[in-house]
Amino acid sequence: MDRAELVEETVVRLMRTAVTTLPEDVIAGLHKALQLETEEVARVQLRTIIDNVEKAESADVPMCQDTGVPIFFVSGECSHEIEEGIMNGVARATKEIPLRPNVVDPISRHNTGTNIGAGMPNIHYEQAKGDFVEITFMPKGAGSENMSVLRMLNPTSGTKGIKETVIDAVVSAGGRPCPPSIVGVGIGGTADSAMLLAKKAIIRPLGRSSDDPDVAKLERELKEMLNATGIGPMGLGGRTTTLGVMIEKADCHTASLPVAVNIQCWAARRASARIYPDDRVRFRTEGFQ
Amino acid sequence: MRLVTPLSDKDVRSLRVGDGATLSGRAFTARDEAHMRALDMSRRGEPLPFELKDMAVYHCGPIVEKDGEGWKVVAAGPTTSSRMNDLEPEFIERFRPRAIIGKGGMSAGTIGACKRFGCVYLAFTGGAAVVAAKGIRGVAGVHWLDLGMPEAVWELELDDLGPLIVAIDTEGRSMYDDVGKRVDANVKRLKESL
Ligand code: SF4
Repeated sequence: MDRAELVEETVVRLMRTAVTTLPEDVIAGLHKALQLETEEVARVQLRTIIDNVEKAESADVPMCQDTGVPIFFVSGECSHEIEEGIMNGVARATKEIPLRPNVVDPISRHNTGTNIGAGMPNIHYEQAKGDFVEITFMPKGAGSENMSVLRMLNPTSGTKGIKETVIDAVVSAGGRPCPPSIVGVGIGGTADSAMLLAKKAIIRPLGRSSDDPDVAKLERELKEMLNATGIGPMGLGGRTTTLGVMIEKADCHTASLPVAVNIQCWAARRASARIYPDDRVRFRTEGFQ
Repeated sequence: MRLVTPLSDKDVRSLRVGDGATLSGRAFTARDEAHMRALDMSRRGEPLPFELKDMAVYHCGPIVEKDGEGWKVVAAGPTTSSRMNDLEPEFIERFRPRAIIGKGGMSAGTIGACKRFGCVYLAFTGGAAVVAAKGIRGVAGVHWLDLGMPEAVWELELDDLGPLIVAIDTEGRSMYDDVGKRVDANVKRLKESL
């Protein structure tokens, strides 16, 4: 098998795993949410979600019909073979699994039928983490992606401004991003990098807080506040609006404070693989760190 | 409550926000593009290739697989209904469906149309596509496939699709508005504490 074929095989398996099974940490988060809810309407939503996840896994079919747009994070190699392997993998997975063809031209709205198009799949290349190539796949549905918010705050707004931004984003999203959701927040950087940080944040497994103690504290406080809004599962009311708030930060201009919010629905699908120099491949849905 | 299409005015007017239900019978998927095309045709006086009167409209873009001569639904959860907010009041007035299934709720125009024309909004758990597919017995047909798989109108045979919750009733009440009022009060308190 040549390099591009190995990547293609890996990508098809990553995509199948991601859309048919939820990572353990997300499943545990949903069960915990069910324990916390007392209102029958909220409990029905969570029970239906958990039942749906189990049915999808045992039938090996996508848990949600919106199998999203394909987003990849690749570290360790940026090459024609990677690009080709991902493209072919996405086209094949779309047909074989099958996935819903979601990718369209933004103006004509013409659907390519393959989930491949200009700039799609969306591939982010990162620095190598070791002697392996790591590929993470995350499908992103429109229900949650359409709720994204970017605010370029006045630096004096500080943590208060950051909290307001996140609360406003989650409240105005209401039931639309299929809560209980995972809320990714990117703080700092530039307008574009803040949003990418927010997107990377939602890949981090639930229960793993930021290494920075101040950021970890902010994550905890925000989670508590969002769950106190009462939006609840599917926006029908309840105590569990979010399963977790994940924050990533970067340094920024002394005159800026970019804050980006990227929400992920309960169907927080993701899967990672590492391809080693001897072509061995290891798969994980909870990430490797 | 087990609802079966065709539904009568009386059937839906007896439902109240918070009631649990399942839906059986004929339903039609319709998202933004289908809503727009249906309205355009109707405004020009052209008939639709399907009849929505007393039926259910499902805000859904399913994954459907070719199955011999027919089709098989693989996954079919609801899509975000608010995208149809601007189109739904006129849609209800022109085509007179009795139920709309979706997620996330709809705005005042639709709530008003539901009251006026006797229609309810049934909330189905977003993303619960496999549970939904179990409540779909078959595909009776497809219209406007040129819009693409998600946007086409799929004519579905439902068999206890659910669990559904009546989230907008014919009395002008919306569960989302009720929750929204509580959320606003909570958020005001939260922000004051910042
Ligand atoms: S927001 Fe997520 S769970 Fe809900 S329909 Fe979209 S992809 Fe599915």
